[in-house]
Amino acid sequence: MSGASGPIVDVENLTVDFHGGPKPLRAVAGVDLTLRPGEVLALLGESGSGKSVTLRALMRLLPERRAVIGGKVVVDGNDVRALSKRDLTAYRGRTIAMIFQEPGLALDPVYRLGDQIAEAVMRHEGVSRSAARDRALMLFERVRIPSAARRLDNYAHEMSGGMRQRAMIALALACRPKVLLADEPTTALDATVQIQVLLLLRELQRELGLAVIFVTHDIGVATEIADRIAVMYAGRIVETGQCRDVIRTPAHPYTVGLLASRAGSTLAKGERLAAIPGAPPDLANLPAGCAFAPRCERAQAVCESAVPAEVAVGDGHRARCVLVQGGEVVA
Amino acid sequence: MAVVTDLGHAPALPARRIGRGYWAGVGRRLMRDPVAVIAAIVILTIVLGAILAPWLGLADPYRGSMLRRLRPVGDALYRLGSDELGRDMLTRLVYGGRLSLLMGLMPVVLAFVAGSTIGILAGFVGGRLNTLIMRTVDVFYAFPSVLLAIALSGALGAGILNAIVSLTIVFTPQVTRIAESVTTQIRTRDYVEAARVSGAGPLAIIRVHVLGNVLGPIFVYATSLISVSMILASGLSFLGLGSKPPEPEWGLMLNTLRTAIYVQPVVAALPGAMIFITSISFNLLSDGLRSAMEVK
Amino acid sequence: MDQLRTDIASRDRGGPAQPLLAVRDLVKHFGGRRAWGGAKAGARRGAVRAVDGVSFDVAKGETLGIVGESGCGKSTVARLIMQIIAADAGEVVFDGEAVGTRALDLTTYRREVQMVFQDSYASLNPRLTVEDTVAFGPRVHGLARRAAIARAHDLISRVGLDPARFAARYPHELSGGQRQRVNIARALALQPRLLILDEAVSALDKSIEAQVLNLLVDLKAAFGLTYMFISHDLNVVRFMSDRVMVMYLGKVAEVGACDVILRDPRHPYTAALLASMPSMDPDRRTTEAPLFGDPPNPIDPPSGCRFHTRCKLAAPVCAATAPPLADIGAAHRVACLMATPGSGHPQAAPEAA
Repeated sequence: MSGASGPIVDVENLTVDFHGGPKPLRAVAGVDLTLRPGEVLALLGESGSGKSVTLRALMRLLPERRAVIGGKVVVDGNDVRALSKRDLTAYRGRTIAMIFQEPGLALDPVYRLGDQIAEAVMRHEGVSRSAARDRALMLFERVRIPSAARRLDNYAHEMSGGMRQRAMIALALACRPKVLLADEPTTALDATVQIQVLLLLRELQRELGLAVIFVTHDIGVATEIADRIAVMYAGRIVETGQCRDVIRTPAHPYTVGLLASRAGSTLAKGERLAAIPGAPPDLANLPAGCAFAPRCERAQAVCESAVPAEVAVGDGHRARCVLVQGGEVVA
Repeated sequence: MAVVTDLGHAPALPARRIGRGYWAGVGRRLMRDPVAVIAAIVILTIVLGAILAPWLGLADPYRGSMLRRLRPVGDALYRLGSDELGRDMLTRLVYGGRLSLLMGLMPVVLAFVAGSTIGILAGFVGGRLNTLIMRTVDVFYAFPSVLLAIALSGALGAGILNAIVSLTIVFTPQVTRIAESVTTQIRTRDYVEAARVSGAGPLAIIRVHVLGNVLGPIFVYATSLISVSMILASGLSFLGLGSKPPEPEWGLMLNTLRTAIYVQPVVAALPGAMIFITSISFNLLSDGLRSAMEVK
Repeated sequence: MDQLRTDIASRDRGGPAQPLLAVRDLVKHFGGRRAWGGAKAGARRGAVRAVDGVSFDVAKGETLGIVGESGCGKSTVARLIMQIIAADAGEVVFDGEAVGTRALDLTTYRREVQMVFQDSYASLNPRLTVEDTVAFGPRVHGLARRAAIARAHDLISRVGLDPARFAARYPHELSGGQRQRVNIARALALQPRLLILDEAVSALDKSIEAQVLNLLVDLKAAFGLTYMFISHDLNVVRFMSDRVMVMYLGKVAEVGACDVILRDPRHPYTAALLASMPSMDPDRRTTEAPLFGDPPNPIDPPSGCRFHTRCKLAAPVCAATAPPLADIGAAHRVACLMATPGSGHPQAAPEAA
């Protein structure tokens, strides 16, 4: 197992290629990620950025034959790519767990919720059914589901959206994983429910010392929950750093554009939004150099020739842009 | 006013004519499917053979010779053998394709037209008319198709025309059901609602928005019925309820060659083989068509 | 372009002071069983009370934003105004004429009000090209094919797509943002005066959303349109709207000028919605969720004020009395007993003498 100070998630040069279409598609093109225990990392990006694929690669949830994973993926000392089928089943749930955008996908509609959680616990820890049920009850109370004992016997469709999401969190935490992956868990929720779930996750994360990777397309959500933010575009991480640094002093033009195009309260009436022109690239036909160059208003000739290397902007703050030199963004 | 150009560049289209239609795309995908292509070639061969039969330099399908009955396959005179009346099997099989294909395809074509009309009407109108039509269709569903075909043929009498009529009646409810179900799905789509919101009347909506999206799936379903229809038609002829001797028709030939099964089993099985090959080719083509149409 | 603006302006009837759209006491219940006798005879039991008495105005040339969470009825209101579904009660008056009557028949009304839907893909017929889709409306209303296609090309270019490259494309050859632009062009093809945007940008990527919002702002200015902008995203509503209407469980909670409501909300639900927005300041994160639990089911709404079960300021009287939509300032109305004098709520002013 990893040492106390070593990173619990260590990903180096992760690549994911999808075969099966007319051309192989590179969904993730060289991603480096490290996560320390108890840290929350937000993966911020739009559709096609590769954030969900990265997440699924950490649990090997991608279709085996179509998706080819390359690079180094080590979670809590386990080489995820090399795990056997049996070890993989043990790894999932005990070491690492995932919550999804649609709770309906993770919760089996024909089983009661308490039974689903108890089954996971029994499977991983081999305890008796009554001990597993007790754990399920404790979890339901932990995730603040009112009338927890009664709700254990509910089916998924008998609960509202927010309750289902809490139940899914309980299921994910049932076997005390060390790493929690969250794939846009609040996107489909109403605003008042979303903030509840975000606060709950923050609280649980602090209490249990979980390491969390939180995928989202909403900067506000990332700001609320993350210690560190990694911005993804076209399968690469283009900027990464402490939450404060990325939000207050973004270095990569894409991050700058995302923040500027937000319809925030500082905009005067009648002013237009500073929208990023163009559209996200077609992953099957990526340009040779920086994938963002076609949409970047500060693109230069060198941007189209090679993918920019990661350059340090500040302490722990890195960006893939030629405009960053000597720790500063130059014109 | 200046054109709003936040777009920058739009993603480049692949190098082909812009706006190639949906069906062209389907055709292209179909071409890439080896199974479908082979099935299409087989069907084309049989159909062409049936159409061009008189000009292919074959023997007379009706002239037999009691001396040269039941010759085996590969005989000097008869390449695929001769039947129980001494007629050349090869020419009987090719000519037989005409009637067999006719009796297989016509009912499906007629059922497609009738069933689509009724089904689309029921699906689009909804409500009580829909219930009335669909429950009537359900009554027909209670009968197994073979039984229904035989009963109807028996009631109408033997003959090719009656067989076609009876098979049409058998297949129409099935097409109706699919048509109604697809139309009901399409009816609730946003773009149909948007069309209604534009002020279009029901006929315009059906013509422009519903038909184009609905006929495709119905057509694919109908092609899957062809194989069933061929087998049922041959079955009716086998039972003497379809074509009558001396017409060459595969089902009928199976019947008349029954007694020869111990003498020349291969020859006796040939019409069955033709039914099988044709029927499965239609089936595979229909499957390929369905896959080709599925891409969004 | 000026022709289009003139066409639209020429249809004005009541002058700038008359609201373009006036909705009174709109009611729509779905499903349920009819009760046979007793006090509720004729009403349905167990019905989803999607819209339960909604009244508001939309002034000419303004953008009215409608916000609310799931179950609040905002999409149903849009469909009722579009006359896609029939209301159970209430009336819709467009520029002084009641819709559906001889003064304003449905066909004419359809040329005045149009809608852009949320799902950009499902809103487009996959078998029609872009130009055919946009030209369909005008053709239905009698425009010749050539003229309709010309108008379609004109609109396609106005929404930022080059007709030479896009007019003959099919929906599956377009990206989400492009499809939504086509939907906007289609809606404008009939030259409506009022455009209803039902979560029109919600399904788009954030960077594309900004582009489409800019486009909507430009089009509104160019054609002199009036918008009803429905969204669950307060930031977007704040950017787009002049006035905002907050809905909760089928009723209006608060309505008024955008900056007034969002700066100083008077209804506890509006305040909760604002507080629920994620903070953009990493150093000042949200520490407490303003509301607990999910929005209740519109099948069996709470008695009295529908929000009282989740309201931190609720008093016993809130469970008994449904608050009326009361005026509390310049075009600012709130449905809260705290704002209604003499309602019996401890924070309400005493009855005005």
